[in-house]
Amino acid sequence: MDFGAINPAVLIASLMMASVPILLAALGELVVEKAGVLNLGVEGMMIMGAICGFMVTIHTGNPFLGFIGGALGGAALSLIFAFLTQVLLANQVATGLALTMFGLGLSALLGQGYNGLKPAATGPVPFGPLTDLPFFGKVLFSHDWVVYFSVFMTGALWYVLKATRLGLIIRAVGESHEAAHALGYKVNRIRLGAIAFGGAMAGMGGAYISLVRVPQWVDGITAGAGWIALAIVVFASWRPWRALIGAYLFGGITVLQLNLQAAGSAIPVEYLSMSPYLITIAALVWMSSGKGKAAHNAPAALGQNFHASR
Amino acid sequence: MTDKPSSGRPLLLTVEGITKAYPGVVANSDVSFAIREGEVHCLLGENGAGKSTMVKMIYGLVKPDTGRMTWKGADYAPSAPRVARATGVAMVFQHFSLFEALNVAENVALGMENPPPMKALAAKIKEVSEAYGLPLDPARMVGDLSAGERQRVEIIRCLLQDPKLLIMDEPTSVLTPQEVEILFRTLRQLSAEGTAILYISHKLEEIRSLCDAATILRRGKVVGTADPKASTARELAEMMVGATLTPPERPAPKDWGGAHAALEVKGLNAASPIPFGTSLKEISFTVRKGEVLGIAGVAGNGQDELLLALSGEIKSGEGMVKATGVSVGAMGPAERRKIGFVMAPEDRLGHGAAPDMSLVENAFLTGGVRKGLTKNGFINWPAAKEFAEAVIKTYDVRTPGAHVAARALSGGNLQKFVVGRELMQHPDVVVINQPTWGVDAAAAAAIRQAVLDRAAEGAAVVVISQDLDELLEIADTFAVLNEGRLTAPRPVKGLTIDQIGLMMGGAHGMEAAHAEA
Repeated sequence: MDFGAINPAVLIASLMMASVPILLAALGELVVEKAGVLNLGVEGMMIMGAICGFMVTIHTGNPFLGFIGGALGGAALSLIFAFLTQVLLANQVATGLALTMFGLGLSALLGQGYNGLKPAATGPVPFGPLTDLPFFGKVLFSHDWVVYFSVFMTGALWYVLKATRLGLIIRAVGESHEAAHALGYKVNRIRLGAIAFGGAMAGMGGAYISLVRVPQWVDGITAGAGWIALAIVVFASWRPWRALIGAYLFGGITVLQLNLQAAGSAIPVEYLSMSPYLITIAALVWMSSGKGKAAHNAPAALGQNFHASR
Repeated sequence: MTDKPSSGRPLLLTVEGITKAYPGVVANSDVSFAIREGEVHCLLGENGAGKSTMVKMIYGLVKPDTGRMTWKGADYAPSAPRVARATGVAMVFQHFSLFEALNVAENVALGMENPPPMKALAAKIKEVSEAYGLPLDPARMVGDLSAGERQRVEIIRCLLQDPKLLIMDEPTSVLTPQEVEILFRTLRQLSAEGTAILYISHKLEEIRSLCDAATILRRGKVVGTADPKASTARELAEMMVGATLTPPERPAPKDWGGAHAALEVKGLNAASPIPFGTSLKEISFTVRKGEVLGIAGVAGNGQDELLLALSGEIKSGEGMVKATGVSVGAMGPAERRKIGFVMAPEDRLGHGAAPDMSLVENAFLTGGVRKGLTKNGFINWPAAKEFAEAVIKTYDVRTPGAHVAARALSGGNLQKFVVGRELMQHPDVVVINQPTWGVDAAAAAAIRQAVLDRAAEGAAVVVISQDLDELLEIADTFAVLNEGRLTAPRPVKGLTIDQIGLMMGGAHGMEAAHAEA
């Protein structure tokens, strides 16, 4: 393979950007799963965030409001999931899959007439002379605010889950809803909150794709990023910093294959484009072969609905 | 009665005319009683008598339909456990209130209203747990603790909130006799310090040694009150059950010949497939025809794994398990059944029976092979129905018919069906885990009698149970599982409860703390 034409500083900087959507979505899903809910609708919530964020930015001309809109769009869709699974006790896997289908369809409907428009740009955070540092200037100080936000959220979630009472309650609910209920915690209400948070994070990740990464609206713009985010949660064995590593790994592969294509690699384009997904599968196989070590950190009540009887 | 220390004390909690109905069942009907400060008050009753619902109302988990409660004379109607805890009520649950993947300090913090920071809390846990003779390491994962230690976590969680009333729901069902003694010393210490204790149980000897007053419930109603120290266990039992109980009859032992080792287990090792489970280490025993081997032990010491290894859900090496002279280590459950080696697991909903399938289907699932319920690869439904109905009739299973789903049966009736289904197959070797867990006294007596009858017909029987009284009643030989190892079986005749306690591993290093206190 020819790495000669690829500048490592540019590669690292662009992989950080490329990873933002899956990192945000994975962090959201991580909290949802820690609370014991398996929401497979990440892809649907991301694409809803992508179209809502895009529409808000086009109409207001303000990309920051666009990200808020994206988060609200993702959260709104996740509340449908929350209502079905937490109130009506529908099966989480089936509901999550349906949510993805619904999100893809609804976003295509909403997005009619937005094709070919260009949203207002989200510029890099001005760091002044720091940006001119060799190597580090490019790698650390050339990004827009969402990149820093995603890293900040990783740290914040790590702290909240590990050291705060809120985090302890979320983990407790995901570990044993029966016990949490017996102690007087409102299991379904806590899970509802977690699902809405996960939806907002996925929506923001989706908005980043349509507002920064691409940036325009096309149907099916998320292209499976939601599924990669789901895989990263398992790959990270439900730990925020590992989710960051996982997201950067997959972001890196995506960027690398784009660069390799641009550098005119001899490998056919199709193999390169499928490589992030292949690596996802390989990583999951590798993780689960570790004699259930990854499974040990899995929330014990993951995917089980709770109904308070007696 | 002036000699009772608590009778002169002021009333702490009164319950007046409480009724609570669920669709199809009245859990409590017009229940009234009163607890004084520092009193150890017992709620006595069989499974399903409404004890747990009653205490859940006191703890604010369930709201009563009618009736009122007072706390120190003022109205008391907790809307949530938070309110109850703020008032001074704490509860140690029978099941479901610990988180295995969290550590001791985190588990304690979850049960408190305003927990201090983790470091301070850990220090407090150490201090309080040692003061009450229940030492605990705050940093350990609850999943790695024994049942007795887990209960200490619950008790410490309550004590840290300085409760005025401590509710204990069937606390001793998972403890060794020595651990029960230590628990009782802690409870007496608390009572002497002025904490009232509401103690729920159906174990009569415990109540007689611990409690100052007893309220007896049957089918949701108060049927009487008693001074447990002045009543005999038999009087209490008859009030509780509402009928005279007969212990199972033991037919005179028959000599089937010494050479008949119907079940032989030699050097059985098996890793546990259950997370936080216990692996089996070098288990050896033999059971002869007509013999009942009772295996005791505190929950989580390898009982589930032993059943899985005997049933064929865990495969074992050549010659480790031999039934009727055949090495069955590599056989699955169906093949083992075929040669007359049957088993009934502990968990009747999900393991022993498929909850949403009818009794006919459930009867077929294990009886199909031995009873020949298939024809040319198809299920012979009329024969399966006949078999299910025979089980229902022979073992007095109360059900509208064989077509109902297993889930719809009460615990006792389903257990009679599951055990009966296996015994009806005329097995040579029977293994049963927890035959009477969560079953009322009358059904338990019927199940024990059925097991003994089958043994009298020449089957080798292994009963795994945590109920010592049950084992002493029906077993010929007795062994204990402790951390995956089995003690050498000893004849039941002449065993004392102290010897059994020692076989069970004593109190897991808890004596020292109390010796100082």
